[in-house]
Amino acid sequence: MRKGEVFGFLGPNGAGKSTTIRMLCGLLKPTSGHASVAGFDVSREPELVRQNIGYMSQKFSLYNDLKVIENIRLFAGLYSVPSNQLKERIEWALSMANLKGQENLITGTLPGGWKQRLALGCAVLHRPPVIFLDEPTSGVDPITRRQFWDSIQQMAETGVTVFVTTHYMEEAEYCNRLALIFRGKIVALGTPSELKRDSMKGKILLVECDPLGAAVEALQSAPDVMDAAVFGNALHLVVKDAAVALPQLKSYLTDHNISVTRMEEIRPSLEDVFVSLTTSREAAEERKP
Amino acid sequence: MSLTRLVAIARKELVQILRDARSLIIVVLMPAVLVLLFGYGVNLDLKGLPVYVFDRDGSQQSQDLLRHFQASEYFHIEHVVGSYPELTRALDDGHAKMGIVIPWDFSQRLRDGRPVEVQALVDGSDDNTANVLIGYSQAVVQGYSAEVQIDWLRERGLSIQPAAMSVETRTWYNEDLESSAFIIPGVLALVMSVIGAFLTSLTIAREWERGTMEQLISTPVTAMEIMLGKLAPYFVLGMFDTVISALIAIYWFDVPFRGSWVTLMVASAMFLIVVLSMGFLISVLAKSQFAASQIALLITFLPAFLLSGFLFSIEQMPIALQWITRILPARYYVSVLKKIFLKGTPAHLLYADLVPLAVFTFVLALLATRSFHKRLE
Repeated sequence: MRKGEVFGFLGPNGAGKSTTIRMLCGLLKPTSGHASVAGFDVSREPELVRQNIGYMSQKFSLYNDLKVIENIRLFAGLYSVPSNQLKERIEWALSMANLKGQENLITGTLPGGWKQRLALGCAVLHRPPVIFLDEPTSGVDPITRRQFWDSIQQMAETGVTVFVTTHYMEEAEYCNRLALIFRGKIVALGTPSELKRDSMKGKILLVECDPLGAAVEALQSAPDVMDAAVFGNALHLVVKDAAVALPQLKSYLTDHNISVTRMEEIRPSLEDVFVSLTTSREAAEERKP
Repeated sequence: MSLTRLVAIARKELVQILRDARSLIIVVLMPAVLVLLFGYGVNLDLKGLPVYVFDRDGSQQSQDLLRHFQASEYFHIEHVVGSYPELTRALDDGHAKMGIVIPWDFSQRLRDGRPVEVQALVDGSDDNTANVLIGYSQAVVQGYSAEVQIDWLRERGLSIQPAAMSVETRTWYNEDLESSAFIIPGVLALVMSVIGAFLTSLTIAREWERGTMEQLISTPVTAMEIMLGKLAPYFVLGMFDTVISALIAIYWFDVPFRGSWVTLMVASAMFLIVVLSMGFLISVLAKSQFAASQIALLITFLPAFLLSGFLFSIEQMPIALQWITRILPARYYVSVLKKIFLKGTPAHLLYADLVPLAVFTFVLALLATRSFHKRLE
């Protein structure tokens, strides 16, 4: 990872995202291998690592029975924020979490999105050079999620390195670089556009047709179609060569009594990349004995 | 070790205790409730035990004997029944602890100067009570018997020989042999076991259960700071509760306090560190509130209750059990408490209790600091 970048860690549930983050924060001992965070070795210098990171776990883990301000004060104390900066940092955390004037609310009564932002505020009170966010926006409404990402971007602009896990594809687009993780292994690494350009084995065709269900069935056995999936009211097909496949498939569908209203090559979305990479991995692993 | 971080944890812990109604109730009311419960509820003094009488003689003399029973504070004659079956029924259903049967020729035999036997049927289902009843009824009958002999001699103009020997007893330390004075000092050990081990085990297990521990250990705070910060408020509250319990004992129940407050506070601090360390150890191992609280009760409260000498004297336990009590910190603390309260034993004569207590304090505190690691699983 580079300094000041927002690095996304993408993968299905159980892929090992949280485990990786916990190892990097020194919360779990790696069974093998090395990692260094902010220049410190995570297994040999975990305390130095902890002084230089902020961590937000997947489950909300501030104290629900404390007031907002009490949570902030607690973490300011734990991170030894110097007393001459204390007031300014508390103000900053409150404004970032949009909780000014709400200092005395009991944390447990806050809506989910506010809690998450408070947790983020608490995790960065000591201005750590690196922050780890483990699915920070799970269970948060889209508007709050958007604001949350604005805060992340702002911090990154000041030189903070952000390591964030998510399984929302649209969030992945906010990241400078992404790693796709599947069953504990990184299967792709790069900027979102690099991934879309290079990681796909084929091209994506968008097909709008009627009836949709029959079309999917027919296309599964069509020549050259590697995958067919429904996206909203259209289909995404993965083919080797769009120029060749396009006219062929058009006539193939017409032969099957399916009326095609639109068919064109589109740029793959991250979701296409993700689905294609994981399914091909899955298939590869199943072929192994 | 950073004082800032330690204070941050301690302050947060204190706020949580004060905000949580349940732990606040335990902290504030527990000492008073326990002291009052044991002060009033547990009374090992046997007084006014119910007695039924079947008087087959119905003479002046038999009435005299019964008056002697009634005069003793240990007996209370509830009923004079008219038949033997009525007497046995009262014993069977528990209305009577003892039945006295006076034979039909009681006064006749006394007049003739012949020996006479009064039957006492004793409910032996509680051996302690039975022993007391047997002992005291023998004493009452012997007292009456001596009077009768003196009268018999006097009537015949013979000189009265005063009894040759007697025991002049004086009870020390607990002059009135009040069982409350014997029990209440030991309640302090119970209070501390609850505050120390029970509450502490909950608070740390709670952090694991709610996931807040994960956030906590991702910060630079050290294991030692977490431990001391979490235990500090409980230490203060535990000492506060010790003083409250002692004051209730002294001023409400008139338990004598003859020793020094300094010795009491030092011994209490040591025992509190012992139970706090145990609570901490338990919570580190259990990681769930329910398991932690059960284990805490089992290994601190119950032994303090049953085996510490608090209620049941260690000298009267089977030898094997007596040896087991030696590995219970509560035993030494209870012993110190009783000596400080009732005897006023100075600190330098308490070394047989204080030294083992200090060893436990040191070992358990050390174990507790070693047990906790800042890692998930």
